[in-house]
Amino acid sequence: MQMIAIEFNLNGILVKAEVNPGVRLIDFLRDEYGLTGTKEGCGIGECGACTIILDGKAVNSCLILACQIDGKEILTIEGLANSGELHRLQENFLKKGAVQCGFCTPGMIISAYSLLLLNPNPAEQEIREAIAGNLCRCTGYKQIISAIEESIVVNIEND
Amino acid sequence: MPQKIVKSKIIFEGEIVETIGEVSTEEYERWGANENLKVVGKPVSRIDGYDKVSGSAVYTFDKILQRMVYARTLRSPLPHAKIKRIDISKALKVNGILDVITFQNTEDIDWYWNSSKLFDPHLRYQGDEIACAAAETAELAEQALKLIEVDYDELPFAVNTKKALESDPEKLTGFKKPDLFTYDRGDFSKGISESDESVEDTFTTPVVIHNPTEVHCSTVAWDGGKLTVWDSTQAIFSVRNAVADSLKININDVRVIKKYMGGGFGSKLEAGKYTVMAALLARRLGRPVKIYLDRREMNLAVGNRPDSHQTLKVWGKRDGTITAMSYKSFGAVGAYPQGAAANWPFRTMYKCPNIKVEDQNVFINAGRARAFRAPGHVQGVFALDSIIDDFAYKIGMDPIDLRLKNYAEVDQVFNVPYTSKLLKEAYSAGAQAINWDLRNKIPGSGNGVIKRGIGMASQIWWGGGGPPAHAMLKLERGGYLTVISGTQDIGTGTYTILAQVAAEILEIPMEKIEVILGDTGVGPYAPSSGGSQTIASVAPAVRDASEKMKSKLISAAAAIMEIPEDKIKYNNGEIESIEDPAKKLSIADILKELREESLLMNGSREANPDGYTTNSFGAQFADVSVDTETGKITVNKIAAAHDIGRPMNQKTLENQFHGGILQGLSYALMEERVIDESTGQVVNLNMHDYKIPTVKDVPKIEIIIVSKSDDLVNNVGAKGIGEPAIIPTAGAIANAVYNAIGVRIKSLPITPDKVLNAIYKFN
Repeated sequence: MQMIAIEFNLNGILVKAEVNPGVRLIDFLRDEYGLTGTKEGCGIGECGACTIILDGKAVNSCLILACQIDGKEILTIEGLANSGELHRLQENFLKKGAVQCGFCTPGMIISAYSLLLLNPNPAEQEIREAIAGNLCRCTGYKQIISAIEESIVVNIEND
Repeated sequence: MPQKIVKSKIIFEGEIVETIGEVSTEEYERWGANENLKVVGKPVSRIDGYDKVSGSAVYTFDKILQRMVYARTLRSPLPHAKIKRIDISKALKVNGILDVITFQNTEDIDWYWNSSKLFDPHLRYQGDEIACAAAETAELAEQALKLIEVDYDELPFAVNTKKALESDPEKLTGFKKPDLFTYDRGDFSKGISESDESVEDTFTTPVVIHNPTEVHCSTVAWDGGKLTVWDSTQAIFSVRNAVADSLKININDVRVIKKYMGGGFGSKLEAGKYTVMAALLARRLGRPVKIYLDRREMNLAVGNRPDSHQTLKVWGKRDGTITAMSYKSFGAVGAYPQGAAANWPFRTMYKCPNIKVEDQNVFINAGRARAFRAPGHVQGVFALDSIIDDFAYKIGMDPIDLRLKNYAEVDQVFNVPYTSKLLKEAYSAGAQAINWDLRNKIPGSGNGVIKRGIGMASQIWWGGGGPPAHAMLKLERGGYLTVISGTQDIGTGTYTILAQVAAEILEIPMEKIEVILGDTGVGPYAPSSGGSQTIASVAPAVRDASEKMKSKLISAAAAIMEIPEDKIKYNNGEIESIEDPAKKLSIADILKELREESLLMNGSREANPDGYTTNSFGAQFADVSVDTETGKITVNKIAAAHDIGRPMNQKTLENQFHGGILQGLSYALMEERVIDESTGQVVNLNMHDYKIPTVKDVPKIEIIIVSKSDDLVNNVGAKGIGEPAIIPTAGAIANAVYNAIGVRIKSLPITPDKVLNAIYKFN
């Protein structure tokens, strides 16, 4: 099979790779780079567990082929913490008890991160809209909303 | 160390289980209210939280081993058939395929309590396992599966429970009709003769699917004759035993590990065929195998909450005294033996001396039922609390007053008192939180297109836990403590709560405590994570071990300081001389002196108290709005008031309750497995068509815990909380909908079409 050469930015580092044209981005990230923080819950874009940031926007990595990311910037949950220091969203998910089994958590945090990138001061309704594609079967969402709201306040104080 | 082997009774997921196990006979002073405590009961953040928010937590699904291959499963496309011919030769020609196993090339392995085989050529439902292929990638394995040729003898089937009940069960599955369950109490006809009024109705509930976010999966690896299994399971010891028995190898040659897992809700309480298939393939190939189910398979083949068709009748006096009740139900267990009964709440929730129960399990040609968060109770309470409300309205009584009038002071099945019961307190707290007085005194009497209503339902569950449950402590240089137990944390917070218990007793900071669970090769036996029994079973064992460790530290300090033990006290994590508090040692000092590097201690759960039964109780109240033009129901608020003994961690408790209530809400309004009756095919096999709630479906939720501690149940005073949370939600919502529109919807889920039809028929 003809491999495709790609170059992309992965969590801040420029990477070159040869990819099989049929490989999904989620498998590429998990199998080639061991970035298993990106989870698979359904494989057809319904659960949001595989959400990553592609050029600043939250996308389902199970619906994208690896060869499509040539020249693009990818951020996964593993790229959010800085030198072992958690991002404030991650801190607040912990503090507010927004984590139970934790399987949906990376996708949920990444969707929230994308929201705050595009809209630093979202209303509760906008938060609900932003994570409506991320299914959680354990916690019931309320603590997740609180964690994201808490992250906005910190943002304003820091700026 | 006082230990004893005793016979003990526990109730697990509705089954009475007698166990003989080792227990601690130490009696410890009770803790009193959480206000007296430093760590237990506090909203401590999860100690496993960093791993989960950073993405570094390795779930079974994430387990990648060197030289690992992938296995996928071929399942029956038909609801009932026998395999006439199977040919795997084309599949084996796929580039990258390594092996395919079927009933033809594997030994017979019994499954479903010897009613079937791992690969049974008699296929009894859409989803039954036919073959399993291993390949270099999952895609190649799937490609190979498509090339397996199977000829079937198609057989008659039934997927509708009522039709199956009327058919010859042996023609549908080859199994005999399950025995009718019956239960009688008191003098039924006398009860009827004493009554002034009666109500009767039939309620139906759908089959719903667990759908945890992490699919069922295992990674297995052989090392000579020893097998390591990483499995996404709620029961490491059950998986170990099933795998060892299936492969006919020693149980200590199988090690089952589960560190993190993405939910189970009961679907992962038993060993899966997939794990054994992976172990067979791995042995044949000499390479590690990862096997997983996809979301479609999750909706077909790993369990469900069975349906129910419950007919209830209540007789009572005009003053509200219930004098007799009858219950007749049937529900589908699927294609293999399992239980579908939903009558437990009916037998125990409300006081009634004269009752009659008949419950029939039915085989149908669809996926087999499994325990699903409070099995039976969720269905049972919906029907029971609906008919109780009907009786209240019929005699013109406040539904809460009726429940108080028929308050069961003792357990009516075993005729023994409860270790604690604060249901009255829950009624009163919940009623206040929902503004009970604002309900429609006459159901449906509100004005306007959008009608508002308030309703409630009660909750009963077990969850007192019991022996055997063991824990080990390892205290090491620097005063670092490791708690080890053979239970598992399925996401509920077990890691954190066990650390809190040890921290409370030994006064060691949480940061210095590590907890190792979910490894049969490491931890002493502790129960599966089901039945809301984990904390009530294991936390007392950790307390036992911690108290004993404390005594050991005092004895060590006595030796080091050369002071008699009775002249030494344990104070704030330090061991000091009573006469001269300046003379003291930290735990780290002691470890340094001992030069042993580690101090070990075992602890066990005590026996359950004789002459009592343990149940948790609660009530949930729903405030809903019903759009009478579209049929859409909006849940405005759920107030949940529960007696769960001691709340061990406020933060994980809130998680459990919010999650349980939301699952209950979607059971009431959204979820249902739908099967085409003419083809036997399940039509909603993905999460778009099978609706689980999103963030947009979340109502306002208020949690009120009315209990401080249950001092009789165990040495930490905790009862389980996982299942209580979901039990009364659907009943409360159904009663609120009735209160809003004045017409009762007797079938879950209460979808807009049912609301509109009911209103239309009523008018």
